Amino acid sequence: MRLEILGTGCAKCSKLEEITKEVVKELCIDAEVTKVRDIKEIMAYGVMATPALVVDGVVRIAGKIPSKDEIKKWISTI
Amino acid sequence: MDKHHMRAFIPLLLLPAGAALYFNLERGVNYIVYSIMGMERSSSLTEALRFFMFEVPKVLMLLTFIVFFVGILRSFFSPEKTRKALEGKPLFVGNIMASALGIVTPFCSCSAIPLFLGFMESGIPLGVTFSFLIAAPMINEVALVLLFGLFGWKTALLYAGTGLFIAIASGWIIGKLNLTRYVEEWVYEIKAGDMKLEELRLNPADRINAGYAAVREIVSRVWIYIVIGIGVGAGIHGYVPENFMASLMGKSAWWSIPAAVLIGVPMYSNAAGIIPIVQALLEKGASLGTTLAFMMSVIGLSLPEMIILKKVLKLPLIFIFVGIVATGIMLVGYLFNLIY
Repeated sequence: MRLEILGTGCAKCSKLEEITKEVVKELCIDAEVTKVRDIKEIMAYGVMATPALVVDGVVRIAGKIPSKDEIKKWISTI
Repeated sequence: MDKHHMRAFIPLLLLPAGAALYFNLERGVNYIVYSIMGMERSSSLTEALRFFMFEVPKVLMLLTFIVFFVGILRSFFSPEKTRKALEGKPLFVGNIMASALGIVTPFCSCSAIPLFLGFMESGIPLGVTFSFLIAAPMINEVALVLLFGLFGWKTALLYAGTGLFIAIASGWIIGKLNLTRYVEEWVYEIKAGDMKLEELRLNPADRINAGYAAVREIVSRVWIYIVIGIGVGAGIHGYVPENFMASLMGKSAWWSIPAAVLIGVPMYSNAAGIIPIVQALLEKGASLGTTLAFMMSVIGLSLPEMIILKKVLKLPLIFIFVGIVATGIMLVGYLFNLIY
């Protein structure tokens, strides 16, 4: 599983990265969490508000920090 | 509706108790200060303390209440929807819509770049994009609430109205000036994908929860500025002589408006901290126009945002943008000094 955090480096972006990593740890799944800082790559997802979370190529949330439960839901539906 | 959803509504039951507390606050504080603490009436210390003890809970309660509803309102909007709504709109109509949407669309200046790119990519004119970027920080819900709470609905409405006017007019002028050559070339090479956000359907409980989330996020961030701001305000309230500010920031001092804007633009504070100070300045004889100009330039134009925008805009455009908005703010200042 591929989890991408889109963000140019705002405080909320690091927060999202942090909780995403925690969720991955809690669920004990094999997932790669990467940060996408390049604005061109971010725009390629059509995201206009950061931070955003992309799960296996699908944008799940943009402009907000989701709750851990929400992240868990997105990960487990795949 | 299941139990989980019902739970979102339970805290709303506290509203009547909150309202009762809010409307009896002044009486309560007076009772504590004069009767229980037995402080001497009309001494500077008593007045400063009474001001602080009354204003802090009052403003925080008002803030929580309004931020909650704004959070619910904002759950109906998103930058993506706003972009759709603005696509293909001509200059003037587009400026009006962009300014209005700038108020309600959730926006953080840290997202200014992706938003700018997204707007440009879908062909929204530069002037319309600027109307959005000006209105979004300038007409701030926290500022609106505080103005309403401290000065009444007229001042709050004046602030929102003039803020809208500046956003519409500045964006329109920037559009007319044809400044696209001052946008960095790489902006036009961006290819934005089409985002398909899933689960956009929110039920009422989700929206209420969005309100709570907004309260948690905003109130936990700004409460300290409010307490400090009211603390400074209380000091001015109790100890600075009446009319002290009249010669500096009064109507007769015509130069005070450009001076206020010059000081305000590089200053960066959030609305929450600046308004209690504004209140104290007004009380001591500063005129409304000058004070409003100061406040608008502090919260509407900020150095960090300019630095962020520098990535997509060439320097001349940034100067033109700041120049036009600052001129608009000064005009509003003079207008208010003339009317009041």
